[in-house]
Amino acid sequence: MEANGQVTTAGQLVKQRPRRQIRVKTWNRSTVVTRATLLILAGLTVYAFFSFDYKEIDFVQAMLATFANLKSMFLEPHLQRFTFGHALYQVLVTLGLAFLTTLFGAVIAVFFGLLAAENLSSKWVSSVVKGVVAFIRAVPTVLWVLIFAVAAGLGSVAAVIGMTFHSVSYLVKAYSESFEELDKGVIEALKASGAGWWQIIFQAVLPSSLTYMISWTFLRFEINFAVAVAMGAAAGAGGIGFDMFMASNFYLDIREIGAITYFILAVAILLEITAAKLKKRLT
Amino acid sequence: MQADFFAKKRRNSLAFLLALAGVTLIAIVVTEYDVAKGFTSVPDAVAWALGNFYPTQESLVKLPGIIDKLVETLLVSIAATTVGAAAALLFAILGSNTTRVNAFFGSISRGIATVFRNIDVAAWAMILLFSFGQSSLTGYFALFFGSFGFLTRSFVETIDEASSGSVEALRATGAGYFSIIFHSVIPSSMPQMISWVLFMIETNIRSATLIGLLTGSGIGFTFNLYYKSLNYDVAALVVLVIVAAILCIEAVSNYVRRVIL
Amino acid sequence: MTALLEVQSLSKQFLGSEGKALTDVNFSVSEGEFVSIIGPSGAGKSTLLRCINRMIDASSGEITFDDRNVTKLKKKELKMVRTKIGMIFQHYNLVDRLSVIENTLHGNLGKKSAIAGVLGLYSQEEKEQALRILSVLGLESLIYKRADQLSGGQKQRVGIARALIQNPRMLLCDEPIASLDPNSAKVIMDHLRDISTSMGITVLVNLHQVDVALKYSDKIIGINSGQVVFNGSPAAITKEDIQRIYGSEAEDLIFDLGGIHAS
Repeated sequence: MEANGQVTTAGQLVKQRPRRQIRVKTWNRSTVVTRATLLILAGLTVYAFFSFDYKEIDFVQAMLATFANLKSMFLEPHLQRFTFGHALYQVLVTLGLAFLTTLFGAVIAVFFGLLAAENLSSKWVSSVVKGVVAFIRAVPTVLWVLIFAVAAGLGSVAAVIGMTFHSVSYLVKAYSESFEELDKGVIEALKASGAGWWQIIFQAVLPSSLTYMISWTFLRFEINFAVAVAMGAAAGAGGIGFDMFMASNFYLDIREIGAITYFILAVAILLEITAAKLKKRLT
Repeated sequence: MQADFFAKKRRNSLAFLLALAGVTLIAIVVTEYDVAKGFTSVPDAVAWALGNFYPTQESLVKLPGIIDKLVETLLVSIAATTVGAAAALLFAILGSNTTRVNAFFGSISRGIATVFRNIDVAAWAMILLFSFGQSSLTGYFALFFGSFGFLTRSFVETIDEASSGSVEALRATGAGYFSIIFHSVIPSSMPQMISWVLFMIETNIRSATLIGLLTGSGIGFTFNLYYKSLNYDVAALVVLVIVAAILCIEAVSNYVRRVIL
Repeated sequence: MTALLEVQSLSKQFLGSEGKALTDVNFSVSEGEFVSIIGPSGAGKSTLLRCINRMIDASSGEITFDDRNVTKLKKKELKMVRTKIGMIFQHYNLVDRLSVIENTLHGNLGKKSAIAGVLGLYSQEEKEQALRILSVLGLESLIYKRADQLSGGQKQRVGIARALIQNPRMLLCDEPIASLDPNSAKVIMDHLRDISTSMGITVLVNLHQVDVALKYSDKIIGINSGQVVFNGSPAAITKEDIQRIYGSEAEDLIFDLGGIHAS
């Protein structure tokens, strides 16, 4: 309490005369960088709006047209050029592409994930793998697919292999981080008991990271479904995405796009709910 | 008992592997995936890329034009992300269990975000192409819708994780709704939100390439132009420029994250 | 002494759960009293405390604070009442990224208009008061530190400062020392006791530890399964009472009781 031991009440504390200005805000590196980031992003955004190539579009009219389009898309969808069954089958094809990509990606990523985990491999190997992975991730998926399409031709092979690149880089990052969370003591204990590298991997590392790996892998499957739709449209990979591309670019049929969008939306939301349930059950 | 435990574990693993093999088989049949070609095409592609897919002296002439398109794409991505983030912040505050006004508005705003998130940006691009044609705005709005949906979900999680405790404390002092938002929710969630925004910008630059291919704008269109006309050296230069840009932005983002988180 | 707080036949049933969290709770607290609510985990202590300032709405019953029926208040009146009641939490509930002084000044937000609150416009008097309260709590050297850089005990003292700057009539403390080491816990309890004695503020504390409750309280309320099973002075509490409050957990606690009464 007060130095003279006087009884002080909260009410009395207020009555003291102010002596000096008291600043409340504090400035440190973190707040400076936060504000600078926000300011720069805002500035770039404003600049971007001035620099856009609007191509003499009447903005209001285009917005109204979009709303009208969205209305007929979602409220009056129809399937004209193919049947419900065909659409369902094409969704299955897209899911198949996503599944194969995720499977190949996961298998390859487990191996590289182990090499990328600092506690399981050497620092040098880890940074090389992480560097390669960062490079792979920096190339947009569609470009991987198109590059492969030159050698393999447009189709499911180029699509799956091209999409696998990104899945690998995404999962290597996720897996290696969950490997690195493994308690140091566990590895030490097994090493002390004379276990080799592979034994440690199969008896300690994989079992304890398995739940994380499953939920990350399923999350990637969810992403890969969206990617597979896009690749169907942009790189001729087939599936529902290709039908959407045709409806949009060749038949200019907004209502058919609406119907296809409903299919995609239904599957995507189903996958999201499954992923959330899976995550809840695993953790 | 113990023998049972291991036998059961093994049976479960076996069943899982069999199911996986079955689904794989179905997927291979449905997608008409040629397994043999899958294996042989990788070395083929590598050999082809080493032989043809690298920038040459002549292709450097095109660099200024490529950089122009890259800057355009970067700006579209950033503008779409920031405006999307502003909208997402509003919806996240309404949608989060910590800060929602009431349960009804909470579910409505989360529902809207779910729809926007689950329609891929490529699909948005094709929808918007109808009214905005081949302009930057098509890409801009496609990215905006996608970012808005994704960021709303991320922001809701951030708000719930970072600020539920202090929101409760401020409510207990009798503070008003907006005071609580500005003194508890925003300060405690801002760094994580900025981190999500930076992540979204990186993602959007990659998506912008794809959208550019579909809508004929930006760096994606540039790539497509040279790729379709078999000018692989220039196409390779485009890829390298994109990679360099994304790695730079990743480096900046990582620096910002290290300081603010 | 007049009753500052009166709780009458208070019950709470959470949506979708069977059984009641609180059943027919009755007690009253006088001005300036230091009251501990003890009971096993899940007995309903936290729910009871949060019903008093309506962080949780009671299902039935009446709560009278300073002659006003809290359960019937409209939004604006409720906020007014809340500005008169400080609250302290087990996990401190500070805004981690803001400084000690900013967290302290948050206690004033309830009294501000929407705009002044949003902009964080604090008067010189309020800042002076914040500094005085912080120095009383021994935090004057830490006012510009970020809350996440403090130790648990320091964080809880900031929590107390935030509550005190409200000029409260009463403090509600929800397990204030459950996450602290014994030394910090003693510091916090000493401060709370001091606030009650020298400032005349009524203090209502949820506690898990019987020995702490016996040492500091004027009155103890024992709760088990949402019902008040003991209400009296610490001196009057018996082994049987402890047994009724804690049920099967009582075994280890009774040993402590002997030690406390002896000292």
